[in-house]
Amino acid sequence: MEKKLGKATRDAYGETLLEIAKIHPEVVVMDADLSKATKSVIFAEKFPERFINVGIQEANLVGVAVGLASCGKIPFISSFASFLVSKGFDQFRMGVAFSELNVKVIGSHGGISVGEDGASQMSIEDIALMTSLPGFVVIVPSDEVCTRALTLETAKYVGPVYIRTGRPKAPILYKAGTDFKIGKGVRLREGKDLTIIANGLEVFEALEAAEQLAEEGISASVIDMHTVKPLDTDLILEEARRTGHVLVAEEHQIWGGLGSAVATFLAKKHPCKMGFVAIQDTFAESGQAEELLEKYGLTHPHIIKAAKKILGR
Amino acid sequence: MEKLSVEQLKAKSKLVRRHIVEMTGAAASGHPGGSLSATEMLVALYFNLMDHNPQDPQWPDRDRLILSKGHASPALYAALAESGYFDPKTLTDFRKLGSPLQGHPDRRKLPGVEASTGSLGQGLSIGIGMALARRLDKKNYYTYVITSDGEMNEGQTWEAAAMAAHHKVDHLIAFLDYNKYQLDDSTKNICDMEPVVDKWKAFRWHTFEIDGHDVKEILHAVEKAQKVKDEPVMIIAHTIKGKGVSFMEGNNAFHGVAPTPEQVQKALKELE
Repeated sequence: MEKKLGKATRDAYGETLLEIAKIHPEVVVMDADLSKATKSVIFAEKFPERFINVGIQEANLVGVAVGLASCGKIPFISSFASFLVSKGFDQFRMGVAFSELNVKVIGSHGGISVGEDGASQMSIEDIALMTSLPGFVVIVPSDEVCTRALTLETAKYVGPVYIRTGRPKAPILYKAGTDFKIGKGVRLREGKDLTIIANGLEVFEALEAAEQLAEEGISASVIDMHTVKPLDTDLILEEARRTGHVLVAEEHQIWGGLGSAVATFLAKKHPCKMGFVAIQDTFAESGQAEELLEKYGLTHPHIIKAAKKILGR
Repeated sequence: MEKLSVEQLKAKSKLVRRHIVEMTGAAASGHPGGSLSATEMLVALYFNLMDHNPQDPQWPDRDRLILSKGHASPALYAALAESGYFDPKTLTDFRKLGSPLQGHPDRRKLPGVEASTGSLGQGLSIGIGMALARRLDKKNYYTYVITSDGEMNEGQTWEAAAMAAHHKVDHLIAFLDYNKYQLDDSTKNICDMEPVVDKWKAFRWHTFEIDGHDVKEILHAVEKAQKVKDEPVMIIAHTIKGKGVSFMEGNNAFHGVAPTPEQVQKALKELE
């Protein structure tokens, strides 16, 4: 499959904020001294009066957003996922989720494709943490088109949302203007032997794997499950019933991510053979993004291997 | 709402204290000590200083109050009920299954509660957000926050302190209910935050130091605080934990332990 790199999802997020600013006057954008990296700086330059940089303090960042949201503002707050989710977690729990407030949280630099900065900057547990909060929508967009559409949907949706964006340029998967709905997965390829459910950068890897599997006579579906919560259970059930084999691929710790969510659902509704391509309960390290994805088992050869294993080939 | 006089506020404080004793007694749980220390501040705010409308709790121009020390919920609920947000007869449903009077304030369940609290250290940040929303919307309301001395142990308190001063957040008036005790022991023995007034000054907050049980001093400090421009305000209110009930005053055993039925009767007699 041809790999055409588009923008990083964090860039697509920052650019989309400009569109949102015009549609939603109540949107306020906030950051914790990482706006140049999270790309909220794009908004800050155009709408300085609606941008608040709190400095390097994630707990207060979330708390201030809670106060703004309770007065009818729609705060879009961002920082690195690794810092924002862990240092702001109590505030997400009490102030946002428990209080049912309309705060939008964007954690950038998700996963290990952060690269050279190393493990301290890589969020591998954000999805587990944010999906554990009642009422939070959790989204992991795959490319720039998907990010733009789902960021716009997030602004319209009333309630807490977490979006994970990534540092590196993401391969383009969709035509500009493609529609996305929160909670509705996208079937990018239909197969009969196996279903690969992926999100983020893993969607491209899954498509690449499916193409190579096809050459060996294995027909695989590929689903872009951009929304982890609420999970598109209708689509999962339909696929599991048809193919009977489900492989989940994600750039996240194996505990508590998309794989866990899909497995919990299928265990209840349609137990079937499953496989999981994820980070195997370890922290990563410094290196180039591609090297890290390969070393930690997230590239398409790993997906192919896992697919064959559950198919018994 | 009609503003009560100093004498009326004193009488109302006594009534709120009676509710606190009855509520925690009926629930056989709760935090009487820190509720009794915060009583005059809440009474002065709800019955004199704040513009609010119990018939329209979401009135956009209302003054807001955040009880950051959420465990003092009995004092807040009593003030809300006496203001007319709900029937004071239901106060003794406090902490019972299905009641909106949760152990700690829950904004989803009880009209008049501005923020869900109970995890210490979050109220100042939320107050800053409300004060910034005021600035963006060019409104005139004030945001009040009641914090505790124990909460000063929390890192988030100082994140908020630094950020509010840097962003010149005004119309934000916080109280520090300085009753000198936290759950395990005196603040001095657990994590002494002195010099407290100097700390808030160093963080560039406009500070006042008052007797937190003197209604006149509270009114006077807030009236001055409302005129402060471009600075957040911290009113350090020296208080007595358990104030108003002789056997609870300065007795940290009543931090998170309710009075027995006999103690309730004894306390109510003192509060007649």
